Amino acid sequence: MQSYDLAAGTLREMNAALQAQAGTTNETAWEILNPQGRHAIAVGLDAPLDVTVNGPTGYYCAGMNKHATVRISGNAGPGVAENMMSGTVIVDGDASQYAGATGRGGLLVIRGNASSRCGISMKGIDIVVGGNIGHMSAFMGQKGNLVVCGDAGDALGDSLYEARLFVRGTVKSLGADCVEKEMRPEHLAALETLLEAARMDADPASFRRYGSARRLYNFDIDNAGEY
Amino acid sequence: MTEHDPRIPFTAPRQSWTFSNEVNSEIRRAAATGIYDIRGGGAKRRVPHFDDLLFLGASMSRYPLEGYRERCDTNVTLGARFASRPLHLEIPVTIAGMSFGSLSANAKEALGRGATLAGTSTTTGDGGMTPEERGHSKLLVYQYLPSRYGMNPDDLRRADAIEIVVGQGAKPGGGGMLLGQKISDRVAGMRDLPVGIDQRSACRHPDWTGPDDLEIKILELREITGWETPIYVKIGGARPYYDTALAVKAGADVVVLDGMQGGTAATQDVFIEHVGMPTLACLRPAVRALQELGMHRKVQLVVSGGIRSGADVAKALALGADAVSIGTAALVALGDNDPKWEAEYNRLGTTAGAYDDWHEGLDPAGITTQDPDLEARLDPVEGGRRLRNYLKALTLEAQTLARACGKSHLHNLEPEDLCALTIEAAAMAQVPLAGTDWIPGKGGY
Repeated sequence: MQSYDLAAGTLREMNAALQAQAGTTNETAWEILNPQGRHAIAVGLDAPLDVTVNGPTGYYCAGMNKHATVRISGNAGPGVAENMMSGTVIVDGDASQYAGATGRGGLLVIRGNASSRCGISMKGIDIVVGGNIGHMSAFMGQKGNLVVCGDAGDALGDSLYEARLFVRGTVKSLGADCVEKEMRPEHLAALETLLEAARMDADPASFRRYGSARRLYNFDIDNAGEY
Repeated sequence: MTEHDPRIPFTAPRQSWTFSNEVNSEIRRAAATGIYDIRGGGAKRRVPHFDDLLFLGASMSRYPLEGYRERCDTNVTLGARFASRPLHLEIPVTIAGMSFGSLSANAKEALGRGATLAGTSTTTGDGGMTPEERGHSKLLVYQYLPSRYGMNPDDLRRADAIEIVVGQGAKPGGGGMLLGQKISDRVAGMRDLPVGIDQRSACRHPDWTGPDDLEIKILELREITGWETPIYVKIGGARPYYDTALAVKAGADVVVLDGMQGGTAATQDVFIEHVGMPTLACLRPAVRALQELGMHRKVQLVVSGGIRSGADVAKALALGADAVSIGTAALVALGDNDPKWEAEYNRLGTTAGAYDDWHEGLDPAGITTQDPDLEARLDPVEGGRRLRNYLKALTLEAQTLARACGKSHLHNLEPEDLCALTIEAAAMAQVPLAGTDWIPGKGGY
């Protein structure tokens, strides 16, 4: 395993080393030591690496990730895995706000809780949260799946487009144009697949599904009060 | 009913200034629909502008340079503060960000072609980067917008510069809406949204708020692009002194400042006409912020919003800008609002020069549309050539004025080369009112 100690080296050196790994590299296993809440760790990766960050991270860890698996053994700061394209990002602890923001693909697993705006403007990413999520999560969510094994805060799925939301616990309130929807067999199957991929022990049948009522898709003056 | 006495003249019909025909028509439209007016473009109201300034020219104390003989350079380098690969432009006029979606693919290609022929850069918009645009643009600035439509690290690395859009002059503090009628399969696919629905462009970035966060966001983008790519921060003309200072503090290589005459693809008319400041009022506070931070000419200032002529270019540079950016004027150069389409404009209830319903996708000139038949009216090669010609003319005009002021480079123009025709312009531009040494706000006044 390759190891990089951020207490001894620079962020630039570390990211450059990870970004330089071609898709065929055999140096796939990397360990980042002493992250100490540094920002922009392991961003812009574009290879099937297996990176473990041993400790808490600051903003935007694993931002714009492609192909790599990044595990954070600790808590993650704001915007973890923002705009992720593919691959997997796992947070063993809690995640701050904007987790998975604008993500276009891949799987983000948060074993603890996620703060507000989890999955904001998500565009295809799958997010599985073991605990609770904060307010305004999946705001303007376009595509992908957000799975919450705990509870959801206020205004879940406000102004939602086509993202699918699954919550096992309570939902404090739904945002504009977000409604509960029927859980059909295809949704149960998709949810089961996501839970397995995230290694979350939860029964798909215990979740409820939420999605867009699609009333705000085209401007209608009679819906102006929704905003 | 009594008959009018023919010996008494009629009082001439008098239209109200307050309730003009234009105002009344808008009241009737609102009463019929219950919704505000949406349109494209920038502020149409008369505001203090570069027209209100004049160059003094050479005199006993300053001698001019010979036209057609002595050099007057026009090149500018953007983004050398932190980026290892700054942009070297032959002319200080760039093409502003305009999205594929709001514009046709042919229009985006034409902008790339024209900019490349003229030795300058063009800019993506709120719809991601198209292959046509990248392929035909030697220097392409990639906008990083709140919507993040189409955002991906590959295009980020393909870009020659990144422009983080905080705001734009037409609507500081506002987002956008691309209406469903312009959402073709291709546009929808690039934006990860269904065909035919209105696509909201957010007014705030989803994963950062405020200048402290922006500093970290810039760090992330630099780490992804290896600290090679210049990072611009674009601000709308709201609080230019503070916004410029904060952009510099956050680590911008370039500040792009857009005044209220700057165009938009579509937003509420009330927003365009009533929010933000004129470009002329924005420029000097931004320059002052840079000067006070010791960053003038180190962090470049690109100014946009109502740039139409070489005189505008020269005046903006004289007031301290490093370059200007054009949007609306570039579209006009491509053929927007051309009188040759007058019959079609009439059918749309408008006239050439006033057509601004760009969001409806029915543009007779084939520029602000996704309709294949209309789009085909714009030949991107011919459009690119026209834009090149226009950019060259702008540059020649600016050089003419600079030589008259004795400057061997456009960047040598200075506020002392200018005077103002109005008190308002004198106050905003901080140059003397013509024929006086009075600058409002200075010298005890």
